[in-house]
Amino acid sequence: MTAALASQGYSFLSGPSWNLLADVQNMLSFAFMRHAFAAATASALVAGLIGYFVVLRASSFAAHAISHIGFAGAAGAVLIGVNPVLGVGVLSLAASVGMGVLGRRLRGRDVVIGLVMAASLGLGYLFISLYSGNATDAYAVLFGQIFGITTGAVQITVLTSVVVLALLAALYRPLLFASLDEEVAEARGIRVGALGLGFMMLLALAVTEAVQVSGVLLIFALLVAPGAIAGRVFRRPAAALALSAGLAVLITWASLTLAFYTPYPVSFYVTSLAFVMYLGVRAAGRGAGLGRRLAASLSPGRDTAPEARPAATVRT
Amino acid sequence: MRGTAEPAATAAGAPETPGASAAAGPVIQATALASGYHGRTVWSGADFSIAAGEFLTVLGPNGAGKSTLLRMVLGLLRPAHGTLRVFGGPPRRGNPAIGYVPQRRTLDSDFSVRAADLVGLGVDGHRWGMSVAPRKRREKAEDVSRALASVGAAHLGGRAVGRLSGGEQQRLQLAQALVARPQLLLLDEPLASLDLRSQQEVSQLVADLRAEYGFTVVLVTHDINPVLGVTDRVMYVAGGGVSVGPPAEVITSASLSRLYQAEVEVLTDSRGRVFVVGLEAETAHPHSPRGPRP
Repeated sequence: MTAALASQGYSFLSGPSWNLLADVQNMLSFAFMRHAFAAATASALVAGLIGYFVVLRASSFAAHAISHIGFAGAAGAVLIGVNPVLGVGVLSLAASVGMGVLGRRLRGRDVVIGLVMAASLGLGYLFISLYSGNATDAYAVLFGQIFGITTGAVQITVLTSVVVLALLAALYRPLLFASLDEEVAEARGIRVGALGLGFMMLLALAVTEAVQVSGVLLIFALLVAPGAIAGRVFRRPAAALALSAGLAVLITWASLTLAFYTPYPVSFYVTSLAFVMYLGVRAAGRGAGLGRRLAASLSPGRDTAPEARPAATVRT
Repeated sequence: MRGTAEPAATAAGAPETPGASAAAGPVIQATALASGYHGRTVWSGADFSIAAGEFLTVLGPNGAGKSTLLRMVLGLLRPAHGTLRVFGGPPRRGNPAIGYVPQRRTLDSDFSVRAADLVGLGVDGHRWGMSVAPRKRREKAEDVSRALASVGAAHLGGRAVGRLSGGEQQRLQLAQALVARPQLLLLDEPLASLDLRSQQEVSQLVADLRAEYGFTVVLVTHDINPVLGVTDRVMYVAGGGVSVGPPAEVITSASLSRLYQAEVEVLTDSRGRVFVVGLEAETAHPHSPRGPRP
């Protein structure tokens, strides 16, 4: 990061003063950092909320595939001289509509999705090799490039977030119902097919936004990790959603700050922080489970083993 | 189980002869009904009607088309032939008078939501938006705890669904269906993958709840024994046809042999449990073409 910035004429890189307020003020005195924070926060909010449903619906592979198909769009956009993020958006939406329409028929078709994904990456690579100029824009889509985002792109990102959040709020209850218990939801009159399609399109928008921060290849860190962590911490969906969004924003802010003061890229920090947090929650959960088992073994009279399942089904 | 140990009071006036209660009319009425999809008929020629408050058990081998009957009643599948009327009208999706408990799949034990939240979806999960009004939320919480208590699961409200046993999850699903106060309860294989004791408990629970609330029950199972003591009539779906009547009339060697068009024998053991034998080939190939046996 620093090298790139230094080449852009910034000569502030003296490191943090360890006075938090002063450091944040220093950081935000740069317009490019204010832009990065605005766009990244809007993206992270959406990624955190959508991500919880992605985990709940077990569609993280679909999210992965959508982002990779989006890469072909980015490379194609560079080839014809359009903003690569726009290319990601168009192809991601197309892919999400395709997956949403196929819906249940795609369930268990990981091979098909994987092949389409690989073909898209290959196509993207072809577009890059066809492009005679410097294809840094396309590579930035692979690993994210939030520094240097233009004012116009920030506005579009924030606007997209507002639209996605409004739609998500409107769909909240039926989406939760269909995600947790699709058959009952359908019997209660919810159009689960249409709802699934709608969710995939929201997912495509979330992917397009998050790609700017974490890149196509590292999308899981922002889109799936916070939801997975929150789902392990809270059992109430509303609380888990709030935590997921909060974690995504926290990870993003910390990563931008770290990347500002060190020579390493934002998306490296995003993935590392997400991974460490996930490991931490798993370890804590394991520790708590161990504690429960220990307590249960010390007080044998109490029925404290939630894992206890009925013994093998006895059939006549 | 619940602390109460009163015997399963037979639902007041569950009429033995359907259609006798002219005031209410039948809850479900089928005329020359056939089920199937993609041009293939699974079963046909079904004429029956189910009266308000009745407990009907639907039996039959896997793939015989038991669940498709429920899907037709729910308005999710059109009858291939004939007419089906639910509460006097054509079946319609999302009818709030119908409670539905689908066949259970195993829930992920890692990622899980609270039992009370799952049950709460039965109250307002089908509505748009989010619920924010404090009064509505309080009412919903009360409804949920009432429903949980009625299935003897008051203590499970705060637990993660994926961590509960099969029998406990079954109770939650029942509570989720009951919380909307249905007049008709459709249960698809609620006893499958439960141990023997849980099977007895769940079927007794359904019978108790019916006695208390007076709703109609249609329960799908492939083993009649856990419900033999609580069901009014049985519907046997097999061999492309349907046979409806009291258990003693339908589950007989003669009646089932006619339905399967194969020699079937019904045995009763010393404790009154019935076993259908002679179906090994049929259950292995439920759709195998039938012909007169040599």
